[in-house]
Amino acid sequence: MSAEAALIITQLLNGVQLGLLLFLVAAGLTLIFGVLDFVNLAHGAFVMLGAFISASIAGMLQGVPGGWLLGVVLMLPLLALLGMALELLLARPLQRAGLTPAALHLAQVLATFGVLLACSAVAMMIWGTQGMGVVLPGWLRGQVALGEAVQLPAYRLFIIVIGLMVALALHLLLQRTRLGMQLRAVASNADMAAALGAPVDALRVAVFALGAALAGLAGALMVPIAEASLGMAVEYIIIAFVIIIIGGLGSLKGSFFAALLVGMLDTLGRAFLDDALAAVLPLELAETAAPALSSMSIYLLMAAVLIWKPAGLFPPPTRGRH
Amino acid sequence: MPRKFPFRHLASLVSAGVLSATVVAAAAGAGAPTAQAQQGTDADAREVRIGFVTTLTTPAGIIGRDMVDAAKLAIEHMGGKMAGLPVKLIVEDDGFRPDVGRQKTVKLVKQDKVRFLTGYIWSHVLMASRKPALDAGAFLISANAGPAPLAGKLCHQNFFSASWQNDQLPMAVGELMNRRGIKSAYIMVPNYTAGKNMMAGVMRTFKGKVLGRDLTKWGKDAQLDFSAELAKARASGAEALFAFYPGKAGVAFLKQFEQAGLKQHMQLFTVFMLDALSLPKLKQAGMKDILGRQSPHFWSPDLDNPVNAKFVADFREKYGRTPSFYAAQAYDAINLIRAGVEGAKGNLDDADAIRAAMKRADFGSVRGSFTYGNNHFPIQDFHIREVVQNDAGEWTLRTVGRIYEKHQDPYAKDCPLK
Amino acid sequence: MRLPLRGMVAVLEWGLLAALLAAPLLAQWLAAPFWLDVATRLAILALAAVGLNLLLGVGGLASFGHAAYLAIGAYATAIPIYHSLYGGGGWLATDNGLLHLLLAVAAGGLFALITGALALKTRGIHFIMLTMAFSQMLFYLLQGLETYGGDDGMSLDVRSQLPGLDLDDAAQLHWLAVAALVAGLMLFRMVQRSRFGLVLMGCKARPERMWALGWPVRPVLLAAFVIGGMLAAVAGWLSANHATFVSPAMAEWTHSGELLFMVILGGAGRWLGPLTGAAAFVLLEEWLSSLTLYWHLPFGLLLIGIALWQAGVLQRGGRP
Repeated sequence: MSAEAALIITQLLNGVQLGLLLFLVAAGLTLIFGVLDFVNLAHGAFVMLGAFISASIAGMLQGVPGGWLLGVVLMLPLLALLGMALELLLARPLQRAGLTPAALHLAQVLATFGVLLACSAVAMMIWGTQGMGVVLPGWLRGQVALGEAVQLPAYRLFIIVIGLMVALALHLLLQRTRLGMQLRAVASNADMAAALGAPVDALRVAVFALGAALAGLAGALMVPIAEASLGMAVEYIIIAFVIIIIGGLGSLKGSFFAALLVGMLDTLGRAFLDDALAAVLPLELAETAAPALSSMSIYLLMAAVLIWKPAGLFPPPTRGRH
Repeated sequence: MPRKFPFRHLASLVSAGVLSATVVAAAAGAGAPTAQAQQGTDADAREVRIGFVTTLTTPAGIIGRDMVDAAKLAIEHMGGKMAGLPVKLIVEDDGFRPDVGRQKTVKLVKQDKVRFLTGYIWSHVLMASRKPALDAGAFLISANAGPAPLAGKLCHQNFFSASWQNDQLPMAVGELMNRRGIKSAYIMVPNYTAGKNMMAGVMRTFKGKVLGRDLTKWGKDAQLDFSAELAKARASGAEALFAFYPGKAGVAFLKQFEQAGLKQHMQLFTVFMLDALSLPKLKQAGMKDILGRQSPHFWSPDLDNPVNAKFVADFREKYGRTPSFYAAQAYDAINLIRAGVEGAKGNLDDADAIRAAMKRADFGSVRGSFTYGNNHFPIQDFHIREVVQNDAGEWTLRTVGRIYEKHQDPYAKDCPLK
Repeated sequence: MRLPLRGMVAVLEWGLLAALLAAPLLAQWLAAPFWLDVATRLAILALAAVGLNLLLGVGGLASFGHAAYLAIGAYATAIPIYHSLYGGGGWLATDNGLLHLLLAVAAGGLFALITGALALKTRGIHFIMLTMAFSQMLFYLLQGLETYGGDDGMSLDVRSQLPGLDLDDAAQLHWLAVAALVAGLMLFRMVQRSRFGLVLMGCKARPERMWALGWPVRPVLLAAFVIGGMLAAVAGWLSANHATFVSPAMAEWTHSGELLFMVILGGAGRWLGPLTGAAAFVLLEEWLSSLTLYWHLPFGLLLIGIALWQAGVLQRGGRP
């Protein structure tokens, strides 16, 4: 295999792993927004809390084999509880206030932004402004050779595996279980679903719990490649929204492919855009234009998709709120 | 039937109520200083007020904490007095935002009537605060940021740097790479002004070939993942990788460099990534590769002079951790102010005497002796420091050599000051 | 119950406007020049919020990229000043404040026209995200303008020159900002009460019906979008002269979010609402952040409380 081909394959794999990491961030949001039509800016706070809580537990278990994984697993139920609290204390009362859809969205934005700020302040009280790291187990620290010239960090491969597993599990849950059927019914028309006997209140709580736990998982998985930090609360919320909008609101499949598309576009832009531009522009100009363009790329993608298909790439067939 | 904005008047009443309470509180707050102001400028002259604008919230807050702690230690070391006048330190948080930094600066010069302003980690905050501070006649002392314009055409008689100019450290790294016989390099920096300064700086002195350069995304949604760039760097076949990632991005970069297994393929040279703030976190993450890594700086906790020994020992005793270079700069900034105040024999209205005394730079600096150039940036030595594990098991820095002697930044010639 | 409440709000809001007008005198009387600076900032933000209120409150368009126009107005002031001081720039190089204002309004209007035409193909959350995307693109574009300071931004070494006014004088600059705010409020009132405003409100409430009645829904909304953008660009012009500093950070989405909160806090669609909202936002931030480093906690809780209150949840003790 030539060096160029190896580089291209490596970059494609990099794009896939970034896309799947982004899918994990967006998955919880797409559930809560897609099924319940709730704009949850506090999602970012859940990502941050997942990172800090898992890192803290891993820190306490230092020396215990598998301490890091245990930290991640033990964090999930705590985040699920937080999600439930958000539904019961905030989302449900707002839902029942009888606002117009537009006014309801604004109220949700205002309230969940308040939650985001409050959570950030509480996290700063508990963990301070410095970040937190974790020690990865040995088997995740090395590199895995795929063929002779292509090498991928073991941890990135781990992210690919987890991302695919979560996507598959969510797909099966929504498409193959009774619970999933009810969730889809709630998403397309909550009143009708309730009239037909679906336990809408309990389903809402479950969706919030699942969504928050997924956000926590994404945060926890980011710690080994970056660190748990206060910035996580605002850093990934925008890109998560961009992904679910591109994919089509309420579509898990859409989020999955949109995340892969964004991850791929971002990675390939960073990998090849400067060389590509240098072929048509003077080098100096290409070098300054490339980073600006690749920073803008996801926003350009979203704008292009929405202008072309205003409902996103894979809008769910029915969505009975208008 | 959905309702439209119910109780909006009530909501406004709540807002307005809070508002009027704030106005009253503000008026009361403003009234208090008025009472002081009645006693006239005596109060100003009998107290040295120092405004300290830095970042205390956001992930960068860890830097501000180190600086404020060092400033307090410096004041404690001088018995809370400069030339017999009591010192009052007023700390403000800029929240990592230039507009907020400017507002705090305006508040400090207009409301607290400070004569000295320092702190300032970020060049954009410093640039935003420059005009209101200097227009009010205050002395502005950067305790970290050293953007090129302030060293060149925008230099000012009342601006001093207690740190370095942006280009100096990467120039030292370029020199270090030459000495190591590096023939080719790849450069990775974030796409903002300081990042570009770092890139320009290293290319000013590095004599080998630059095989590729990457400017990565920076800002509120900064880049999380460097795998694309790292793959390019490796494929370029360069012998060395030069990187500049301040704060938490640096920790992320180092982790990903290690996870990608790049150390077998290329040597890593960095600026502003290995310091007393990042090393404990790198140790926490078990990144043993960091030990033995070298980087240049004007200061190191083990720098051999009595002022530094006392500073580091007392800082460790008081706060239980090793000070970072940010702390060292803040400590020096306060001592520089003291030199100015003492040079004017405590007469805070004698700006010329204060300025002349500060420019002499003959206070005991933690970096040893240095002088000021015409642009009020230090002309100083740069040392090579290596990451080592000390007897207590902590990771820290040890000076192993010197890379530059009495080094001046390249912009001084553009500064009209004599 | 309703009337006295409304009366009290009106008294407070008019009092606020009067306090803004008298701020330079009050500041001098109380020897608190810093609070004049806060008041000027408040007036400028309120003006930007008035523009957004026209979109959100009257037209029902929640723009999440309104801070972009502040940045456009500010750069339209800063770039000509830069060139007039340091050469280059051709016809752009001028320190004439009226030309800066003209440029700010023209650039803001053009940006609103282009991005609005595209964004208005969508509604609701999609519109929110598209306006946000355009302002983020502007943010990265400004960050790439190396000549004008890139990410560090740029300080203005002189302010705009206006005939008969000295903007270096804090009081004159403040009165100019308040005059602009009052003009903006009048414009809002005029638009709201005009035929155009009625059509706009119709487009908010029942777009399909308005369309069926033969009204050009999208052009009407686009016109409102452009007016709102121009008002915020004027605020940007004032902001550059007030802060003597511009930076790409002005266009960041968090700033757009703050403007939205100001409008919602004051009550979307209410005439003096943006003024109340901006004042509550700015003064709360100033006050809480002086009390504690952890001021985001009370601030966040307050936002939650206001959201629940405006939805009527608190009044009923949480019962539906």
